[in-house]
Amino acid sequence: MRRFGGAAALALGIVLSAMTGCGTASSSGDRTEILVSAASSLTDCLQDIKARYEASRPRVAVHLNFGASGALRRQIEQGAAADLFISADGENMKLLLDQDLIDESRLTALLSNELVVVAPADSDIRIGAIDQVFQEKIRHIAIGDPETVPSGAYAREALEHLGLWDAVRPIAVYGNNVRQVLAYVETGNADAGFVYRTDALASNQVRTVYTVDSSSHGPILYHVGIIKTSRHRDEAEDFHQFLRGAEAREIFEQYGFGVTE
Amino acid sequence: MDRAFDWDAFFQPVWLSLKVSFIASLLVMALGIWAAHRIGGRRFFGKTLLETTLLLPLVLPPTVVGFLLLVLLGRRSWVGRLWEWWFEQPVIFTWHAAVIAAVVVAFPLVYQTLKAGFASVPNEYKDAARLDGAGEGQVLFRITIPLSVRSLATAYVLGFARALGEFGATLMVAGNIPGRTRTIPTAIYAAVETNEWLLAGLWSAVLICIAFALLLATRTRG
Repeated sequence: MRRFGGAAALALGIVLSAMTGCGTASSSGDRTEILVSAASSLTDCLQDIKARYEASRPRVAVHLNFGASGALRRQIEQGAAADLFISADGENMKLLLDQDLIDESRLTALLSNELVVVAPADSDIRIGAIDQVFQEKIRHIAIGDPETVPSGAYAREALEHLGLWDAVRPIAVYGNNVRQVLAYVETGNADAGFVYRTDALASNQVRTVYTVDSSSHGPILYHVGIIKTSRHRDEAEDFHQFLRGAEAREIFEQYGFGVTE
Repeated sequence: MDRAFDWDAFFQPVWLSLKVSFIASLLVMALGIWAAHRIGGRRFFGKTLLETTLLLPLVLPPTVVGFLLLVLLGRRSWVGRLWEWWFEQPVIFTWHAAVIAAVVVAFPLVYQTLKAGFASVPNEYKDAARLDGAGEGQVLFRITIPLSVRSLATAYVLGFARALGEFGATLMVAGNIPGRTRTIPTAIYAAVETNEWLLAGLWSAVLICIAFALLLATRTRG
């Protein structure tokens, strides 16, 4: 028993010292690390932008945390140490603004996008009008969970606007973020799905079969804001500035995003 | 809460979870009895390897099980195609997929419990029956099973409880379709993400009560 107690104390000591070692990871060596929580649809282009940014700022490391804007917003509310937040809508940004977690003076609408319906590249599904999502070939249509995923919220809004939402619900498979929706369609497990035009462009395993009329839902505008509790304010502002610069703009446009003035 | 409590939305995952767990527990018992009888009581080449493989879901993250099931059952796989051709609907994103996930993760617990129970039946009894001309089926149903009823009950309860609690693999293969494939664990996950803590709390309470009752039942038996 005594021997076991000694071993347990040793193990506990090792674990505790390892944990305190990890606690101060926000600046490793000489580099300041900033955490950017960004909508999943930005996955590819932000990785490009990060590489370009870090190449010109050797003292800063950018960490990217992708997820549904609603889920990221929750994380920030619960105290996640993010420095910058890029949401795929204005709603989640506004909710943080209302709680005084975002610096209003630096809040900007950065990008625009379009909502489309995609199908697997090898499927022969055709959609001429939105009510044709009800067809024998479509057993499951993937949609981001409207409660947390903006693309799903836009899709619900458009379908509600056309009086089709209640009919779609029984065949709707909810994804946790827009890239999961895309994956559901890529693997053929869902026959169609609502994603952004930029997601459709990023994948060669899906094709766009329908573009949702933008007047049927609110404008798709990506907002970027600096978190008030950021401990790396200068770096966050610098990255924010970079996102609005010509270099980033070129990358955004290359991926199909609309850049707002 | 600014709107009336939606009892329908509350009960749908509860019924679905009970349905999935009940069917999965029956299936896993059948599989477990068969496996414990065929594999557990014998010695053959590769037995340890086979048993280790069957026990893997006990220690693997559910995401690995979910991933493998997706590869195996997805619509691009031949199993998935065969299923779709036979049942005229894909298996992924249906509650059947939830049953399959539950069976896979519950199997190790059921198998281990049954194997131990069957092993406690003296071989002399079985050999005596065989000597009198009983077939393997008769030995199983007339000797082994009646003499290990307690282990059977424990195995069933553990299998049911594990099936009820299955989350990761289920979410990956059955998806999250409210009213169709949203089980209690999936519903809790979604409720926490959308800040519906009352619902998350109620569902958690339901699961805690059921799991407690089930575990208590196995302990008073043993």
